[in-house]
Amino acid sequence: MALLTVKDLSLGYDNRAIAEDLNFTVSAGDYLCIVGENGSGKSTLMKTLLHLQAPLKGEIITGDGLKNNEIGYLPQQTIVQRDFPASVREIVLSGCQSRCGLRPFYNKEEKALAAENMKRMGITDLADRCYRELSGGQQQRVLLARALCATRKVFLLDEPVSGLDPKVTAEMYELIKELNDEGITIIMISHDIAAALRYASNILHIGSSVFFGTKEEYLESETGKFFLRQQKGGEE
Amino acid sequence: MLEKLALYMQFSNVRYALIVGVLIALCSSLLGVTLVLKRFSFIGDGLSHVAFGAMSIAAVVGLTNEMLLILPVTVISAVLLLRTGQNTKIKGDAAIAMISVGALAFGYLIMNIFSTSSNLSGDVCSTLFGSTSIITLTQKEVGLCIALSVAVLIIFVLFYNKILAVTFDENFAKATGIKADRYNLLIAVVIAVIIVLAMNLVGSLLISALVIFPALSAMRLFHSFRNVTICSAVLSVICAFTGIIISILAGTPAGSTIVAVDVAAFALCCGAGALTGGLRK
Repeated sequence: MALLTVKDLSLGYDNRAIAEDLNFTVSAGDYLCIVGENGSGKSTLMKTLLHLQAPLKGEIITGDGLKNNEIGYLPQQTIVQRDFPASVREIVLSGCQSRCGLRPFYNKEEKALAAENMKRMGITDLADRCYRELSGGQQQRVLLARALCATRKVFLLDEPVSGLDPKVTAEMYELIKELNDEGITIIMISHDIAAALRYASNILHIGSSVFFGTKEEYLESETGKFFLRQQKGGEE
Repeated sequence: MLEKLALYMQFSNVRYALIVGVLIALCSSLLGVTLVLKRFSFIGDGLSHVAFGAMSIAAVVGLTNEMLLILPVTVISAVLLLRTGQNTKIKGDAAIAMISVGALAFGYLIMNIFSTSSNLSGDVCSTLFGSTSIITLTQKEVGLCIALSVAVLIIFVLFYNKILAVTFDENFAKATGIKADRYNLLIAVVIAVIIVLAMNLVGSLLISALVIFPALSAMRLFHSFRNVTICSAVLSVICAFTGIIISILAGTPAGSTIVAVDVAAFALCCGAGALTGGLRK
């Protein structure tokens, strides 16, 4: 049984479909990259997977004991976050919120979990710094630590490296790879097709043509060949 | 000067005004940070104008307890405004502007057409800008004010961590199974209650100042959510207290004096923030 099974899913707003008839599965330990042209519905797909938005048609079945609230999410940065006055510790702790239920305050266990995850992401010495003063790469580490507090099963990452410089981007990919090696399932939206092909185990391509399969199959497919040629052309 | 103050303190009016002023200032500063960050700075303004409209209707209909009408109407408007956050035809700021000026116009219109009062412009002026001198409150109003303030404080402390999580990243909160919509609703209700309370103190045109200035001042100085919240509460209380004392001694209108003190505090904090920021770099 797969963690996530998506059947005949159609996405969109106000009954206007952006992407139709998506079928794919995600198993534990997978590293799935979602690629496609701008406007092909990548972010909408992510919102739908997170249950932030209802699908127009089709269904998302969770299996293997995965609960709806066990998906960690690394969003693209919002305006609110750019000037939010909060320390790194407060933000990482907020990842434990779903464990609290109605309990108003965090207990010792949750504080220890937050400390452990900050250490894991190498940001312990930043714990009392203000989030908005950190560099882009450091902010992403904070958000990863927060996601680790929320779940150990599935991470959804929305363009995690946009706006980062090449060195930090490489570090970020390595970090995500390490998390994947530890058994966390990764679902990532990416513009960076080269990195997607380097790290991902599976590729979902949405847009004018739809493809789902392993990385190797993607490289052989018409969709993959065409998209890669296009991307290369764009970069030149 | 102190003698004059001691003399004034003997009046229950003055004591009530101080108690109520400090409590309202405390409550209104708490949610300020959240509202500023959610880009809802003007919601205080919009809601207070709705409250003004409701008040004029209540006055014309001749309700003995105006709160019965004002509070529910304001709460409903708050819920509607905060709900319209995303994916609506009319965006947040436009919706607030619409409701705000609409309610203001209708409130004044109704008062003008149906009012039986001989001093209409005086009535309107005092609901818009607060009383011209010290606020006069009955014992019952003070009791209600204290009860509501305590309720707001308890709710805020209990839900502090949830408000932080939902304000910082609503989508993440929803994805991990937090009922973010419910907390947004709670924030809307609480802010409506605070605004109805604060109308007595500073009048409906100046309420936004009570909500926003302490939060913005605190954000110049501190860098964690907890410290910002505590600092804005302390600042707000100090400013309200100072403002009321000044207004008593100098005979100025209470509301605008408090707001003036808030503005001064903001300028001071900006200066201090620039100074310490400069030192750190």
